[in-house]
Amino acid sequence: MSNTDTSPAIVPSFDSDAGAGRKIAFICSKGNLDMAYPGLILANAALGEGVEVHMFFTFWGFDMINKKTMGDLKFTMLGNTALHMPQGLGGLPGMTAMATSKLKKSIADLDVPEVPEFLEQIVASGGHLWACRLSADMNNLTKEDLYEEVEGIISATDFIELTDGAQVIFI
Amino acid sequence: MPVTTLNGHEIHVNEEGFLTDPTEWDEELAVALATQIGITMTDGHWSAIRFLRKDFDEVGETPTLRRVATVGGIPIKELFVMFPQKPAKKMAYVAGLPKPVGCV
Repeated sequence: MSNTDTSPAIVPSFDSDAGAGRKIAFICSKGNLDMAYPGLILANAALGEGVEVHMFFTFWGFDMINKKTMGDLKFTMLGNTALHMPQGLGGLPGMTAMATSKLKKSIADLDVPEVPEFLEQIVASGGHLWACRLSADMNNLTKEDLYEEVEGIISATDFIELTDGAQVIFI
Repeated sequence: MPVTTLNGHEIHVNEEGFLTDPTEWDEELAVALATQIGITMTDGHWSAIRFLRKDFDEVGETPTLRRVATVGGIPIKELFVMFPQKPAKKMAYVAGLPKPVGCV
C-alpha cells in the first residue's frame, strides 16, 4: 500500500508539547547489584526521551552513591527463588562472589556500564542525583563520602517539594 | 509505507517519518532531514551522523546513545547539546536509520 505524496514530508514530532514538562523521580532504596540497575536503566531511558529526571537515594540505595561501596555492589542467590536453585546453595562460602561476578559479566557483555560509570552517564545526560538526609545521618556520612555529582543531601520534605508534579517510581 | 518527496529526493518512510530504506539516504538528504527538525548541521553533527552510518553498516543496528559516546568518541553531553531532548532518535532520523532498539 504505497501512495505517492508530494505534500509536506512526514516529520517525527520530537518536540511536541504532549510530553513537555514531564518529570520522573526514581527512589532507589536497594543496595543489591541487581536492584541498582532498574532505576539506572529507566532513568537513562527517560533522559534520552527528554524527560527531567531526579534520582533520590535512600536507605540501602545509599550504597549506590557511597564512594566506598558504589563500585562493589553485590548480588546474592540467598532468598532469590527466581534463580530456581536450591536455597541452601546460596549460603555456601563464595557463592555471593560467584553470583556477583557472573551477573557483572552478563551486564558488561551487553555494554551496560557498571554503577559508577552509569551514574556518570546519567549526570552527563542532565539527570539530578540526591541523597537522603536521614540515611546520611544514620550512617554518619557527609557529602565528602558520596559520589561527587550528588547535588545535595536533602530531607524527605525537600524531596516532596522537588518532585511536585513528577511521576514517582519506587525501587 | 508512504513514499514522500523531500528536497527532490523520493523516499520511503514509516508512519513517523523515519526512512525505511537506508540506501535512499545521502548527505544532501541529511541536511534536509535535519532542517525538518530544526537542526543546522555543523562539523560536530556530521561526525555523529557519519559514525551512525558507519556503525550501522558494520553492525546492522542503529547505535544507542551510549555506543555513540563510547565507540564513536563523542561525549554524551555534546550529543544532548547538538540534538536536544531526544538525541538518539534525532540522530537516527537525520542519518536515515531506524530508531535504536537497545535499552542502554
